[in-house]
Amino acid sequence: MRIVKALAVALSLSVASPALAAEAPTPPDAGFSFNGLFGTFDRGALQRGFQVYKEVCSACHGMRLLSYRNLLDIGLTEDQVRAIAAEYQVTDGPNGDGEMFERPARLSDRFRSPFPNEQAARVANNGAYPVDLSVITKARKYGANYIHALLTGYTDPPAGVEMNPGMNWNTWFGGNQIAMPNVLNPGQVEFADGTEATVDQMARDVSTFLAWAAEPEMETRRQMGVKVLIFLAILGGLVYATKRKVWADVKH
Amino acid sequence: MAIGLHDSSFKNPVVRWVDQRLPVFTMLQKEYGTFPTPRNFNYFWNFGALAMINLMIMIATGVFLAMHYTAHVDHAFESVERIMRDVHYGWLIRYAHMNGAHMFFAVVFIHIWRGMYYGSYKAPRELLWMLGVVIFLLMMATAFMGYVLPWGQMSFWGATVITNLFSAIPLIGPEIVTYLWGGFSVDNPTLNRFFSLHFLLPFVIVGVVFLHVAALHITGSNNPLGIEPKGPQDTLPFHPYYTAKDSVGIVAYLGVFAFLIFFMPNYLGHADNYIPANPLVTPAHIVPEWYFLPFYAILRAVPDKLGGVILMFGAIAVLFVLPWLDTSPVRSMRFRPIARIAFLIFTVNFLVLTWVGARPAEGIYVLISQIGTTIYFAYFLVVLPALGKLERPLPLPESIARAVLGPKAQLGGGPIPGAATAQPMEKA
Repeated sequence: MRIVKALAVALSLSVASPALAAEAPTPPDAGFSFNGLFGTFDRGALQRGFQVYKEVCSACHGMRLLSYRNLLDIGLTEDQVRAIAAEYQVTDGPNGDGEMFERPARLSDRFRSPFPNEQAARVANNGAYPVDLSVITKARKYGANYIHALLTGYTDPPAGVEMNPGMNWNTWFGGNQIAMPNVLNPGQVEFADGTEATVDQMARDVSTFLAWAAEPEMETRRQMGVKVLIFLAILGGLVYATKRKVWADVKH
Repeated sequence: MAIGLHDSSFKNPVVRWVDQRLPVFTMLQKEYGTFPTPRNFNYFWNFGALAMINLMIMIATGVFLAMHYTAHVDHAFESVERIMRDVHYGWLIRYAHMNGAHMFFAVVFIHIWRGMYYGSYKAPRELLWMLGVVIFLLMMATAFMGYVLPWGQMSFWGATVITNLFSAIPLIGPEIVTYLWGGFSVDNPTLNRFFSLHFLLPFVIVGVVFLHVAALHITGSNNPLGIEPKGPQDTLPFHPYYTAKDSVGIVAYLGVFAFLIFFMPNYLGHADNYIPANPLVTPAHIVPEWYFLPFYAILRAVPDKLGGVILMFGAIAVLFVLPWLDTSPVRSMRFRPIARIAFLIFTVNFLVLTWVGARPAEGIYVLISQIGTTIYFAYFLVVLPALGKLERPLPLPESIARAVLGPKAQLGGGPIPGAATAQPMEKA
């Protein structure tokens, strides 16, 4: 058994850092409610975060893997979501005349992306490509902590650093020079629930929203996980007792 | 065997009718019911059964994923996310499949480690061992191609790096790579053939597993003492003793598996694979999944591409001839004081290679991987052949029963409770 323990320790050490640290520094832990093993999303933060995405981020960033109906999951009513969807015009068709046509978006439509293609996005953004945010917290090593740090990490460049044209200094971005400007300023949005729209609050809420968008199944998954582990613990006890009983008459 | 109906011992008329014509029940009873199994297995002997369960989980989840997956460069990434979002319990199926690959390699590494520690590869089990190495190779090919399917950045660049290894082959290398790709870069034809092969190879694995188990049932299992059972006092019927013991291991295994799936499903993966593949942007560090890292470290240990490729494939190939490299007649390292230390060093070295494989190939890391590669091969090519001649093994116990029951054990078939009392399957 000693060998087993030694191996287990060695193995856990060796896989503790499977992914490689990028050049960027480790962002601080923002203390999100959903980052613990059993954590859940704060519904208020999700709705405020969606508002930040809708009013600020969505000018440049798409979320093409989400449909408007998904917003029902963050606690908005069906009427609210229908109204939100109807604000967007999407292309449908062809109709009976063989023509494509525009119509207001429905629950079943995907989030409309701000640009028709990558080239159009680059032209409008000084050559930079605002990435799709659907799975962004899964696609960055430190997930929501990173997004929060990035959005609150804009400062003036250190003295003596020569900036490339159109770039901005960010403490937490790999290489520090990021094409995206600082978009969050105090009071940038007006939250319906009266929460004060500080930069940290908006960054926190939109990070929560993006974490939900990347893993909408997270709460269901964890709830099921608890049930499965309880089931396995009981089953394990029964199976172990059975094994003891079967082996009781045999010396081994 | 005589022609005619099989002489079945089953009483149930339906079972008997089938068994007379196709003696599958007799076979199951013989191979999994009364099958004489050494009485002294420890829990390391669970891992073969665990690997079997894991293979079945992979095939079951994989078949359902294939129903929803789209093998096209424009749709693959999105179809995987659609499975996660819009297919009922799609996230569960996909995370089970993804983490199932991690579990499979963990289980098989321990299974191989156990075989090496207790000398399970030695005569008469050489072919059994070699079939196992074939399974391991097939698993690596299958896992590699499966990792390409979600078409993320690591999928694409991993596929590019690994397929490019074949270009190191002199003269025909570049041609081979073009055939592998089905074009002049990793692209849609590559994705399609990888999907096809990723579906096919697991069933090839099933076939080789069948041979692996068939060979096992000819020689019987090795055991922690590494000495052959000499009679019924040394063995127990597989059922109920080892079905019960394997069940304990299976539940523990499912616990670890479930924890990964439900609480940290992406922990063992690389974040970059949630970025859609982009042939124009190379990731800062291209890192394979953890189970390839030791071999990746060996690949990068030498500056020469062909040399690295030969070493990497050699690291697996050397396993094929392990039964003949180890010249000691003693199987279990329990009785080999020096080999035991050498194998401990080999084990730690393997973990070091895993670690260094994830570091950039520069500075001190290159030196560490070179030392690690040297130790890896030295164990097989120098230490094991020499130790067989130089080492003085500890005295082996007379028999399994003697070692387990103490000197009071009656040899020659005393009253051994439980032996040969397996319940007929029809009663179960």
